Amino acid sequence: MRKIYPDAKSALEGLTFDGMTVMSGGFGLCGIPENLIAALRDTGVKGITVISNNAGVDGFGLGQLLETKQIAKMISSYVGENKEFERQYLAGELQLEFNPQGTLAERIRAGGAGIPAFFTATGVGTLVAEGKELRNFDGRDYVMETGLVADLSIVKAWKADERGNLVFRKTARNFNPMMATAGKVTVVEVEEIVPTGSLDPDQIHTPGIYVDRLIQGTFEKRIEQRTIRQRETA
Amino acid sequence: MPRTRDQLAARAAQELRDGFYVNLGIGIPTLVANHIPAGMEVTLQSENGMLGMGPFPYDDEVDPDLINAGKQTITEIPESAYFSSADSFAMIRGGHINLSILGAMEVAQNGDIANWMIPGKLVKGMGGAMDLVAGVKRVVVVMEHANKHGQSKVLRSCTLPLTGTGVVSRVITDLATFDVKPDGSGLVLIELADGVTLEEVAAKTEAAYEIAPGLKTVA
Repeated sequence: MRKIYPDAKSALEGLTFDGMTVMSGGFGLCGIPENLIAALRDTGVKGITVISNNAGVDGFGLGQLLETKQIAKMISSYVGENKEFERQYLAGELQLEFNPQGTLAERIRAGGAGIPAFFTATGVGTLVAEGKELRNFDGRDYVMETGLVADLSIVKAWKADERGNLVFRKTARNFNPMMATAGKVTVVEVEEIVPTGSLDPDQIHTPGIYVDRLIQGTFEKRIEQRTIRQRETA
Repeated sequence: MPRTRDQLAARAAQELRDGFYVNLGIGIPTLVANHIPAGMEVTLQSENGMLGMGPFPYDDEVDPDLINAGKQTITEIPESAYFSSADSFAMIRGGHINLSILGAMEVAQNGDIANWMIPGKLVKGMGGAMDLVAGVKRVVVVMEHANKHGQSKVLRSCTLPLTGTGVVSRVITDLATFDVKPDGSGLVLIELADGVTLEEVAAKTEAAYEIAPGLKTVA
């Protein structure tokens, strides 16, 4: 039970400082750590470098940390859904580093696995490869990309047991498992904490060794593009 | 008559083969899913972490934990599988996806593609596009032949920042279909859209191209 904290605020105590690097899970608004993002905002910590595939939307997800100008830099693959982001970026208030989505995922995976760098064909011959080492393997050029680690990873999973073994749900998994491995400290929020022993050990997605602190959260789960089809009426 | 968006998607669907694992880009490529021939086993990959994408949900089936790479709500089907972003891009970068059908702003006659950035305009990011063009075995571009200013998007060389170099195998536009020669030495015009003339394609194409001996006219 030593990993379980009563709420998001207490789970972040002692972990935040100005200028820190934070990994935040999710793809769009799917599988984002809603509770911990809000708690991070409430700490008032400033100058954060955020590593996250996207930047939330206005007023929700990482958009909340943009509104309060707590983010100094984003490392992302796509940030098109956020007007406040656009305004701060164009005003020069916010730094931005674009990574191809697969390169971002692999940089985080590598960082968590103790791999300082790797070579990939993605981005060769484009702006992404400028200033980076190229090497030829078997007749093809590859660019060197470095592993990423963070001072803090905030992660959303579906269920956890009391030892921090995690199960994700559907496409809400996305960047969360890799980020859990790449934080110097990893804090996880879940929809339900279940008794240890009630999850099938063969079905654990992220073993508890990567999880330092755990909370049960409450979730809005906002949808960005609600797209439906109509039932044909008989 | 130039092809409509739906006709373009139908033509692109002819690139599918039984047993293929396929990634479809946003826009016209997404519509290709509506034209998978009956009886053909095609598995759609969504790079946010899913194989076997189902149709859009009915209103009471919407699940915020289940979206595609365009962030639209979708459904699962019996063969669906979920995985992390790292696994998803291992599939893509490891060459396990058979076909990627993508939109583009520009394609060059050597197979270069530009589809993520216009200098001076707000850049939203490349998402997974650079990984897809570098890693997928066959890349087919589906796009309008000309941009909204009437300028050719099929070029001698791209003017916009590249997404990948020498990666495109085939270009399907509303007017015509071109193959990029496997060695990247140029384009071959293989099809005209129904009602489109060689003269019209010549007038609207900046790239150099050869005309295939067996040039066909198709819908």
